[in-house]
Amino acid sequence: MTFKTTLLAGVAFACLATAGSAQTLRWGAARDINSLDSYSYGSTFTISFLNHVYEGLVRYNSDLEIEPALATEWEVLPNNVWRFKLRQGVKFHDGAEFTADDVVTSLTRVSHPDSPLKGNLPAYKSATKVDDYTVDIELVGTYPLLLNDLTNIHIFDAGWLKEHNAELPTDVAKKVEGYPTFNANGTGPFIVESRVPDSKTILVANEGWWDEAQHNLKRIEFTPIASEATRVAALLSGEIDFTEKAPVQDLPRLAAAPNVKVMEGNELRTIMFGFNFQDKLHNGEPNLFKEKKMREAVGLAIDLNLIRDKVMRGKSRVTGTVVAPAIPGYDAALDTPPVYDPEKAAAMIKELGAEGYAFEIMCSNDLWVNEEEICNALVSMLTRVGLAPRLNIAPNAVQQVKLTNGEADMFAFGWANEPMLDSYSILLQTFQTKSDNAGVFNWGGWSYPEMDKLIIAASTELDREKRLAMQSAALKIVKDESIMLPFHQQPMAWATSDKVETVVQLSDNKGRHWLTRMAE
Amino acid sequence: MIVFLIKRLANAALVMLVVALMAFMIFRFVGDPIQLMVNEQTTQAERDALRERLGLNESVAMQYLRFVGNAVQGDFGISYRNQQEVMSLIAERFPATIELVLMATFISLVVGVPLGVITAIHRGKWYSEGLQFLSIIGVSLPSFVIGILLILVFSVMLNIAPAFGRGDVVSIGWWTTGLLTPSGRAALILPSIALSFYQITLVMRLVRAEMLEVLRADFIKFARARGVPTWRVHYSHALRNCLMPVVTMTAMNIGALIAFALITETVFQWPGMGLLFIQAVTFVDIPVMAAYLCIVSFIFVALNTLVDITYALIDPRLRNAKA
Repeated sequence: MTFKTTLLAGVAFACLATAGSAQTLRWGAARDINSLDSYSYGSTFTISFLNHVYEGLVRYNSDLEIEPALATEWEVLPNNVWRFKLRQGVKFHDGAEFTADDVVTSLTRVSHPDSPLKGNLPAYKSATKVDDYTVDIELVGTYPLLLNDLTNIHIFDAGWLKEHNAELPTDVAKKVEGYPTFNANGTGPFIVESRVPDSKTILVANEGWWDEAQHNLKRIEFTPIASEATRVAALLSGEIDFTEKAPVQDLPRLAAAPNVKVMEGNELRTIMFGFNFQDKLHNGEPNLFKEKKMREAVGLAIDLNLIRDKVMRGKSRVTGTVVAPAIPGYDAALDTPPVYDPEKAAAMIKELGAEGYAFEIMCSNDLWVNEEEICNALVSMLTRVGLAPRLNIAPNAVQQVKLTNGEADMFAFGWANEPMLDSYSILLQTFQTKSDNAGVFNWGGWSYPEMDKLIIAASTELDREKRLAMQSAALKIVKDESIMLPFHQQPMAWATSDKVETVVQLSDNKGRHWLTRMAE
Repeated sequence: MIVFLIKRLANAALVMLVVALMAFMIFRFVGDPIQLMVNEQTTQAERDALRERLGLNESVAMQYLRFVGNAVQGDFGISYRNQQEVMSLIAERFPATIELVLMATFISLVVGVPLGVITAIHRGKWYSEGLQFLSIIGVSLPSFVIGILLILVFSVMLNIAPAFGRGDVVSIGWWTTGLLTPSGRAALILPSIALSFYQITLVMRLVRAEMLEVLRADFIKFARARGVPTWRVHYSHALRNCLMPVVTMTAMNIGALIAFALITETVFQWPGMGLLFIQAVTFVDIPVMAAYLCIVSFIFVALNTLVDITYALIDPRLRNAKA
């Protein structure tokens, strides 16, 4: 009997629920945000969600160009000091006035040695208040990418942090919970109404937002739905209005449903394969990949169009260079994939005496879109030209340890240039010679002094054109030397219910619901 | 009795220690949490510093001893992923899982017992053979398949029950319940059915076997001879005599259901302990994994102890044999 009434109540409720209330965007995400404190975890997704609540001094507009946000103008003074004029009349969600103190406190907090986000502001030295609406930021040296970095540094209210004893960043190692992890007080277009981790986070529109609201939303109900099948079902049954991750294999089905719209594009993340440059392979055999000719032969043996058409279901964008077109430093002249020529590859491999050459390709099964299938296709393509690759596949958390230790002979790699949105990011972190401050992802151990010179010069060049020219030149070396073989830009697919009228989808794959409009 | 209880408590402590030790030995192979905690732009020096501060460079034995030392004082640390105290994180998720498991147990009894009786008294009829066959499917279908099928039929096609989440919940002290709100009750339907499937077939087959046994007993024949109505003989006299093993098995299986709930919770995005654990595994959230394994092993030991105590209370012979 109890069960019956429960079921009936369920039926009644479900009918009500599908009607839905207008201007409430129900967002079913592939994962939860880690925290409401954007300084506590270096997660691009978490920060992009918190962009609804917090704002930085500058922000990206819908062409991914930097525009003023909490700062209205800025100038570069001598001695590596940048002066920012702040916007007046901005209020935090709790009503506190936004002033220079908030900027100084926030920058101090994010650059604290224990802050996981410290790396997002690499050139920062100190910040000083000049007057209530002017702040000077001093850098350790000449550095051209400060504005890019600042787009992702959210500004907290100094008084609020002090009141809740949270002026230091949350530190997992110290075993204390941070107040901002569960509460938020920003200046952004939405206010956090409630949050239950892994279950639901509710945002309501900020009526007192300083900027003119282009959205017509009243509420955003954010629910993580990790299981892909469940997320698709929730879309089809009208239980959610938006997802930022529609599974590639379900796109035809979603597109065919009358109440669902699919939005596809290619994201900034480029998938590529890198090689070991040490003397020996992991199995102790001599490493032939040190030879440029060997890497070129591998490049010729891969049919990128076939991978796009069969593995990626025609959704990826084949690329000849390691950065996407929207990333500054991209050079269309480099974007020419090698022409598939297995006979030539086989001949080159024969010449090198590499027939039957055994090595491992290291891939993860949970990181990039269809990575396992890509790697399987790669293994059979390389086997066809006479090599003997073996696939080493496991969850990313496991593979990452081996990759960092340089145990991979050939490996899958992906880079989005987040959050900097500049090719300097991949050059510094992946292609520069490994050192304390560079080459964290230089897993093959390569070193090209002439390329290092270009990257280091670019790091202090304030003239944008000159800097990008240097970066393009460095990317040309990457291509000419076949250090990594670029495959494609990943597909991204969003889906919305028919109640959603406009959603802005940019190639950085971030939801920007302050620009979303729903049917009235 | 007191000696028996103390023995059992010591037993539980030992089991938890061993489980934690095994967990820490496995953690070396689940990967490196650091790369999930920082972003692409972090330098190697900063990564190394974080690893050092989290104590991940220490040996397995040291990490284990430190964990046990803190756990004894009730401190399970802070989750790497949620940055929340592990104990409060688990306490938050606990009611969701228990509610789901109890509901599934309830459904399995309400459905399984009558089905068991029917298949026993109508043995050989086409419908009871059909039910028997269906129950094999119930045992052999993996629970994620059942979950997805239920979502497909009841959420997507019929649109009568939500596909995910727990609906609105009401807090009563530290306990949260979805039973008091319409959306909470609606959300409970599909996951509890999915979780109860296996249990239903188990209960049904157990009741059937017991019933067949009891129906041959003398007191049933005597009742029939006295002219007691057939339905009363079946549902009152016979059924009552085969419920004891069913109750025992159901109680013991609650532990197993908590463990099984992991998959159901993942499919339905049910915010319980199982979902928490799965996410902890993908994020290499070592404090949460360690605490979860300890707590689940404690629940298993506690349930077994409860069943043993009940037995001992009922049957003095067992009490004397053990004490």
